[in-house]
Amino acid sequence: MTIHPHPDDITSRRLAGLAQPAALGNDPDPSTGDGTLIDTPGVRPPLVLNNRSFGDVTNIICGYTENKVPVWWYPMAAMTAGLASLMGAFILYLVITGIGAWGLNNQVDWAWDITNFVFWIGIGHAGTLISAILCLLKQKWRTAVNRAAEAMTIFAVICAATFPGIHIGRQWMAWFLFPIPNANNIWPNFRSPLLWDVFAVSTYGTVSALFWFLGMVPDLATLRDRADRRLRQNPMGSPLVVPFLPLRVDQLRAYIYGFLSLGWRFSSRHWHRYEAAYLILAGISTPLVLSVHSIVSFDFATSIVPGWHTTIFPPYFVAGAIFGGFAMVLMLLIPARELYPNMKDFVTLRHLENMSKIILLTGSMVGFAYSMEFFIAWYGGNQFELYAFKNRAFGPYWWAYWTMISCNVISPQLFWNKKLRTTPAVIFFVSTLVTIGMWFERFVIIVTSLHRAYLPGEWGMFHPTPVDIGIFVGSIGLFLHLFLLFMRFIPMFAMAELKAVLPQASPHSHDDHAGAPDHGTSGQAAHAGGGH
Amino acid sequence: MAASNRIYVTEANEPIYGILAEFATPASVCHAAEAVRDAGYHKWDTFTPFPIHGMEEAMGVKRTKLPMLVAAGGFTGVGLAYLMQWWMSAVDYQMVTQGKPYHSWQAFVPITFELGILFSAFTAIIGMLALNGLPRWNHPLFKKERFLSSSDDRFFVCIEAGDTKFDPDRTRALLEKAGATSIELVEE
Repeated sequence: MTIHPHPDDITSRRLAGLAQPAALGNDPDPSTGDGTLIDTPGVRPPLVLNNRSFGDVTNIICGYTENKVPVWWYPMAAMTAGLASLMGAFILYLVITGIGAWGLNNQVDWAWDITNFVFWIGIGHAGTLISAILCLLKQKWRTAVNRAAEAMTIFAVICAATFPGIHIGRQWMAWFLFPIPNANNIWPNFRSPLLWDVFAVSTYGTVSALFWFLGMVPDLATLRDRADRRLRQNPMGSPLVVPFLPLRVDQLRAYIYGFLSLGWRFSSRHWHRYEAAYLILAGISTPLVLSVHSIVSFDFATSIVPGWHTTIFPPYFVAGAIFGGFAMVLMLLIPARELYPNMKDFVTLRHLENMSKIILLTGSMVGFAYSMEFFIAWYGGNQFELYAFKNRAFGPYWWAYWTMISCNVISPQLFWNKKLRTTPAVIFFVSTLVTIGMWFERFVIIVTSLHRAYLPGEWGMFHPTPVDIGIFVGSIGLFLHLFLLFMRFIPMFAMAELKAVLPQASPHSHDDHAGAPDHGTSGQAAHAGGGH
Repeated sequence: MAASNRIYVTEANEPIYGILAEFATPASVCHAAEAVRDAGYHKWDTFTPFPIHGMEEAMGVKRTKLPMLVAAGGFTGVGLAYLMQWWMSAVDYQMVTQGKPYHSWQAFVPITFELGILFSAFTAIIGMLALNGLPRWNHPLFKKERFLSSSDDRFFVCIEAGDTKFDPDRTRALLEKAGATSIELVEE
């Protein structure tokens, strides 16, 4: 490298993400955490730590699915599968008995079921936000978290879709929701937001799954090629899937990953169209993600129930969904980066800090929406609306309201402090509170608005039954179990995208670094350990 | 090695798919791509573990038609969704709900929008795969063990024997000059 580089050269290298902070290396400046919290203007913090080569990235990430199952995985999987079967058992009981098995009554006819639906669908929004909106904004740090966040989205949508499905009462008639000719020749009511919801959620689930799968195709091809190579080098090298059946684990991998990767062969002509398709999907998913939670909020906002009938609902629901979704991403990734070797090189403190900042921002937006609802309830001069809000804060459900305020508005304010928003334990704690708070938000909106109607004779309370609780707890089990399966069988990071943001991925890096060490090939073998 | 009708075969008399050259870095494969492009080849490709910035330009790849396909798919979705709602609500079975007109277009907007997105997404994925000729689970290149590292950390250029400018010796020399770390023939 030259001693006095031309200023334009420095700028262009900085824009290309090539400038490396001087303090990096074996002993980062203590004030920069793991080396990524550097705040010097013009110095771009590294996205991947420890100068990982392309090969390291492949070995470490494929290692998570190829290596021996970690000891904690089986008990976790068994426990979450148990909870998920609990959900199945309670749903069966509900279908046999009828939705009276829930604590619903004449007055509060939507409660935990719809609370859980909105809670889960909201959590799903962070995945699409990370994969679509951050992609359009060219936020390169998203590459380390997008795969896990997208997986989480799909599992959350699966949990969410369960609740309206079982809430309809005669579950075997769920197909009446779709525009399919039925015995009465009546079509669905397209003027109802509940039907818009059917289309919004099913489109969202489908497009998220397509987006997730598209991103995964090259990484599945990497797993296929690794299994294929091991088979060529030693056909008898991997264990049998089950004794006495002549099928080896690597053969199964080569078949399954090979089938799913659609014969992807990393051609540049293919990459060109692939990137175009990816960008298009990001472009159409951005309005989609905003529309889905807006439409979910229409379920409430288009009714004339005091406390629901407000125009602030769509933006407020979307902000809340992103808020709750990021909290869930952090709750999953913080333990994962402790449990898996070398994961901290990919999910750095900078990633956690960025997501904490988004939580602070969206939490404050949600707090603003809460106060604006109150302001409009007073300023709008509608006595029923004002009563609904006073009753929310000081009526029989005051404890739910103030749990929501403390968890959603007050707890994220800790993140104004840099030390706190870069300490994983604190982030995990706040994220847990946010997740609890966001469940309570939906509970507060739904139940407190319904439990008081215009006549005192229509006043009631909601008390959950074991079936309510069992199905909700079971849905958490289902969600976590699906995530554990994802961590075991699917590359947890978008390898191809991660490689593309490494400094050595730029075709100009070698021209610029005349004489600089070659990041891409040898010399990094010492770091390559862990993954195997 | 060469045959009169320009079908090249190996010494074992197997037809040749092309010449595969391996490169160690993104920069070297980009330079090689520029050299192959400038030499006037058409049936060739590069293989890289991740999309490399500027590779389209280095290879002279034309911009894909995919966005046009997606726009067509999206508008089909929008049109079908609106037609469906209009026909079902205002034509086939008229029923007054919520005191709204049969053809209440404002209420039809959300579903029209969602189906537009859904059709666009499917067109983007299916169109991308179709233009790429995928899924195709079998390919001559997969026979080469060396080629499998294109999904890990190696970069390849393959010039097909079907190219009019293909010549076993001159094509090999071109790739050697471009800095290939290894070169081999790929059988069909």
